[in-house]
Formats: sequence, C-alpha cells, structure tokens
Amino acid sequence: METFIAIYIFVLAAFTGYEVISKVPVILHTPLMSGSNFIHGIVLVGAIIALGFADTTLEKTIGFIGVLLASGNAVGGYVVTERMLEMFKSSKEND
Amino acid sequence: MTSVEIIIQSSYVIAAIAFVIGLKRMSSPTTARAGILLAGAGMLLATVVTFFYPGLENFLLIGAALFLGSLIAGITAKKVEMTDMPQMIALYNGMGGGAAAAIAAVELFKDHDLHVSVVTLALIGGVIGSISFSGSLIAFGKLQGLIKGSFRFKGQNLLNLIILLVISIVSIFIIFELGYINNPVMIIFIVALVLGITMTLPIGGADMPVVISLYNALTGLAVGFEGYVLQNYSMIIAGTVVGAAGTLLTQLMAKAMNRSLANVLFSGFGDTSTSESSDGTKGEMKPIEASDASIMMAFAQKVIVIPGYGMAVAQAQQKVWEFCQLLMERGVEVKFAIHPVAGRMPGHMNVLLAEAGVPYDFIFDADEINQEFKSCDVALVIGANDVVNPVARTDPSSPIYGMPILDADYSSNVIVVKRGQGAGFSGIENSLFFLDNTKMLYGDGKAVASDLVQSIKEL
Repeated sequence: METFIAIYIFVLAAFTGYEVISKVPVILHTPLMSGSNFIHGIVLVGAIIALGFADTTLEKTIGFIGVLLASGNAVGGYVVTERMLEMFKSSKEND
Repeated sequence: MTSVEIIIQSSYVIAAIAFVIGLKRMSSPTTARAGILLAGAGMLLATVVTFFYPGLENFLLIGAALFLGSLIAGITAKKVEMTDMPQMIALYNGMGGGAAAAIAAVELFKDHDLHVSVVTLALIGGVIGSISFSGSLIAFGKLQGLIKGSFRFKGQNLLNLIILLVISIVSIFIIFELGYINNPVMIIFIVALVLGITMTLPIGGADMPVVISLYNALTGLAVGFEGYVLQNYSMIIAGTVVGAAGTLLTQLMAKAMNRSLANVLFSGFGDTSTSESSDGTKGEMKPIEASDASIMMAFAQKVIVIPGYGMAVAQAQQKVWEFCQLLMERGVEVKFAIHPVAGRMPGHMNVLLAEAGVPYDFIFDADEINQEFKSCDVALVIGANDVVNPVARTDPSSPIYGMPILDADYSSNVIVVKRGQGAGFSGIENSLFFLDNTKMLYGDGKAVASDLVQSIKEL
C-alpha cells in the first residue's frame, strides 16, 4: 500500500509543478530555473539520512560526498536565486 | 510514532508547502523575492529537524561535509558575475544530481534487504542523477569556456544507445539477482557518468540553456525517486514538483529558441550551416557616428532598445541605462525589448538589466512589444544579432527560419551597435544590417554607450 500512496503523491506533485509554472513570464525564466534548482536541494535531507546510517568506510565516503554536494546545491542555489531576485524592482519602488 | 518523529514529519510537511508556495510566488516579479525567502525557510527547517532523526549517527562527518559544501558554494555564489549565472546554476544543479546518485549508491551498497520496487527506483534515480551530474559539469565547462568545440562524431547517438542498453541490462541483473550486488552497482554508476558526458559534449553552446534546464528537471526527478527509497515524502514532493516544472520550463525555452528538445539532444546546430553564409544579403552597411545617433534618438518620440548578450559582455548595461534615463528626461518614450533567448538563457537579459537598475516595468517580451515597432522612431540594437534577423521570417532555407524574432526592421530607423562586421553567434548573415533604414554604429558597446551619454549631455 505504501507504494501506491507514493504513486499518488508522485502524480499529484507532478500536476502541481506543472500548474505552478504554467503562467510564468519569460522575464523570470532564469531566476525560476535557479529557484527550482534550489528546491531540489532538499536532497540534502536525504543525503544526511544516508550518511547518518552509513556503516562501512565505502558507504561513509560516498555519503560524505553526497552531503557535500547536496549542501552545495542548496546553499549555492539559494544565494544565487536570492541575488537575482533582489535586483528585480519596479519603477514605482524606491528609485 | 514518537513525538520526535511527529515533529520531524510535520516539519517536512511544512517544508513541502513552503516549496510549492515559494515556487508559485517566484513566478511573478512582485512576489518573487518573498518566494525564495519562504522556500529557504522551509529548507532550513527540514535540514535542522533531520539532525534529530532517531538512530542517526556520524554527526561529525555530516557536520564537516555540510560546513565544507555550504562554505564553498556560498562563497562562489556570492562572487559570481551575473553574466556567468547560467553556468553556476548548471554547477549547483549537477551537485544535486550527484547527491541523489550518492544516496542511491549508499542504499544499494548497504547490506540490507530492499524491496524490488525500492531497488528499481534507487537505480533509476541514481542513473538519472549521475547523468545530470556529469552532464551539468560538461555544460558548466562549455559555458565557462573551459571546454571548446562541440566534439561531434559519427555514430554518437548509436554509442549513447549502446551505453543506455548496458545500463538497462546491468540494472535488470541487479534487480533480479539481489544476492550478488557490489560490482554491478559500481559499473552502473560509472557507465551513467560516462553517458552524461557523451550526451552533453556534442551539444553546442547556444543550446546549453535548454540542456541545463533539462538536467535541472532530471535532478528533480532523481531526488523524487531517492525520496521513495528513503521513504521521505518531502523529497518525493519537492523533487517531483521540480521535475514537472523543469520539464515545462525546458519546453518553453526550446520553443522560444525554435528548437525541439529532440533536435537539441540528437543533432548539432550551426555546424551544418556555416558553409552557406554568403547567400542573398545584398547592399552595404551604412555607418553612423555616435553624435548623430544620439541626436536622432534625442529628438525621437519613441525609442526601443534591443539589448543582447554582447552588451553584457561589454559591461555596457549601466551606461545604456544612463543614456536611456537622459532620453526620458527629454520626454522620449523608452522601452526595452527582450527576446526570450537574449543572453545565455531565457530571462538572463532581464537579470542583467535588473542588475543595472532598469525597473522591470520598462522591459517587454517579444509578444508584448512586436506590434509597437511600426510606431517606433528608433530601434537601438546593442549586442543582439540573430534575434533581430528578418531572415527568420522570410528565408525558409535559413537555419533560423521560423524562430520568433523582434521586428526591429519595422521601425522607422534602426541603429545597430556592433563591434565589427561579422556574422552572429550562429554564423548567419544578418539582413537587417543591410536595410536602407539601418545605420551601423561601430565600436565596443561600453565605449559607444559612453559616447552616446556624452553627446546627449552636450545637446
């Protein structure tokens, strides 16, 4: 049954992703790609769990690389997106 | 469920909600900033509670990896120039793919009984993650200029197909022979990494944004699959949302560039067309001085600026914006027209203009502004080339035929700022430059923009 719950979640999440993006203006494509890139940085959570339960040296080494890469994804993705979006201002705002 | 587990799981739910709402907010310029802040808060919460996961060990290793990864990424992300943004996104995305592959590897190497569905999804996610990892690194190398040329060779599609076949066969072996696991897993990951490289190397620089976007979607998918492996629903939701959103974004980009995704992945661009450069464009290019150009615009009613990546390379955007502000002070209506693929990736030019301080309500998409060129006195093309080439409308034999362009040629006058006489990124001659109402303003973008500012101040 767990498997079918996962499939439901998968299908609904896919629709959500499609809907959320469908009306985005071109001007935001780059920041949005960067933003969605940040969001899959949630892989960090998985990487921490993988390393946290690793036993052998091989598992620990791969797990370490996993956490290292995942934190790079999350932090780099966040900083870059934030930097880009911070600059978007309307002419009506503080100019 | 213990109370700790309840807190952890509810935090994951909150994080998933924050991601979806954050992504939604990021799709409008007024709320975009709030969107990333919200998603960031969700990520922080999810990461912190994970440390309280029952039975978790190796805290020292986790802390060290987390610190190191955050430090390196944080510093590079703060430093990177806005012009180099696309390749940095590729790099961080590749890291995410690599992390998903690492999770798959740890779980598969581990000595525990996994259900067939778990092994299958771990493998698929791991393969996709590995492809995204090595492919994104190649994309980074290409855009950064570390890897030059497109390395096309005969039978590359066949080679990729064979590699994919090897992966499938070894995967089936692993899935159904659970007892004998270690070496085949290693083979799969290595071969998948190779596939990412052989898939990406032949793709030209102009198509890279589409590829980066595709790898972004793939990483999302890989994260979603590994979420299933770890029974972590926040990973399934966030990964799948990005996978779906990324796929749509990839399609939108490919459409804006008038390329199908299959076309991008399986054939080169430009390579076939370099020989036919001397076709049909007649007449000569007429030069103009900066002072004359500036007078022309100062007494115009409406000026539309069409910036391209060349302007950003020359770091001219601040000066151009200064010039536009001076024009506006004189009562000239100024608008910026952005082609979807201006810059290195769709929307990249908007980021570069925003950096220079241009408010986003002066910036218009091709669809919004193309009607206005007919009533426009001067179209100032600076650093753009292929995106204003009328050949895309008129010449079916041109490789860019059918690509949506900005109709600069419909305006009464066109001023093209250009370094010298030569074809654009794609190597295609631009017939706009030879029109009667087009004047060429030669020089480096920044120097020209400074000259324009100078001469308008002297008026």
